[in-house]
Amino acid sequence: MTVQEIFEIIKEKFNQEQFELKPNIGGEILIVPAKILRELCFFLRDDERLSFDTLMNLSGVDLADGEKKKLEDGTIEIVGGHLATVYHLYSMKHNHKLTLKVLLPRENPVVPSIERVWRAADWHEREAYDMFGIIFEGHHNLKRILLPDDWEGYPLRKDYKVQEFYQGMKVPY
Amino acid sequence: MGILDKEFTESNIVITKFDDLMNWARLSSLWQMTFGLACCAIEMMATSASHYDFDRFGVIPRPSPRQADIIIISGTVTLKMALRIKRLYEQMPEPKYIISMGSCANCGGPYWNHGYHVLKGVDRIIPVDVYVPGCPPRPEALLEGLLKLQEKIRNQSLVKKPV
Repeated sequence: MTVQEIFEIIKEKFNQEQFELKPNIGGEILIVPAKILRELCFFLRDDERLSFDTLMNLSGVDLADGEKKKLEDGTIEIVGGHLATVYHLYSMKHNHKLTLKVLLPRENPVVPSIERVWRAADWHEREAYDMFGIIFEGHHNLKRILLPDDWEGYPLRKDYKVQEFYQGMKVPY
Repeated sequence: MGILDKEFTESNIVITKFDDLMNWARLSSLWQMTFGLACCAIEMMATSASHYDFDRFGVIPRPSPRQADIIIISGTVTLKMALRIKRLYEQMPEPKYIISMGSCANCGGPYWNHGYHVLKGVDRIIPVDVYVPGCPPRPEALLEGLLKLQEKIRNQSLVKKPV
């Protein structure tokens, strides 16, 4: 099934004005508003014609489309704009794929957790939280997965500044 | 009669300094803590295996810090791991030695600039005796590092404080 055909099925249940289908390398991306994400994911998984049984990947993105402020020490700070989460879904039953993307405001990046839809999302969401500071609402154990618990900041944000010391050890060279 | 008995009846006596005897014994059985961090650990394992045979220098892996003499820091020291390394080092009995193996453990290596999670040199937390350069060093380089460490131990003294 193509992305267009999948979108037709989605349109039967959801109001189509809240979606946007964007062309991209390797197929189209469906832009989804955060508030219906979990409901949509349950639908994608449980509808017989779609049956997306696998979450192949879940990743965070810093779009860095906000206003870039240059600070006195030469580093930049980004104000406004968006972070995003991207979901790559796959149906083993029907052999078709779908990519979802959720845009989140940089100042308050909160998205519903889909851990209850696909268990694979558990650690992926923790990683996105660890690296981008995206809050997954409803996750049962949202804490850092790679960095130590007492780490400051989110390293994959474009305006990340590394801390000077960690537990008495100097971090920069 | 056993071999030793025969040796002693035939007056094969060796006279040496106590220091030399102790140092010879110490440097000939450096038990290494079973501990690897990254790709350097693969080279370290290769050094331990039959082709390069670390055991001919008396180095055998010891899976406990409490009975180990040396710790080879073989790989990238992340800040998260650094705390554990420090604890492991403190659990080893004196005298203890450290070989820092590879660029990452020496100075941060390829992560020196953008590796926010990497400790830029293990000598920032524990005292290193021998640095082995390379990325990763070949087993020959690690063997050379061990020989350097043995040389250091050979010149130490149990009575005098090192100058």
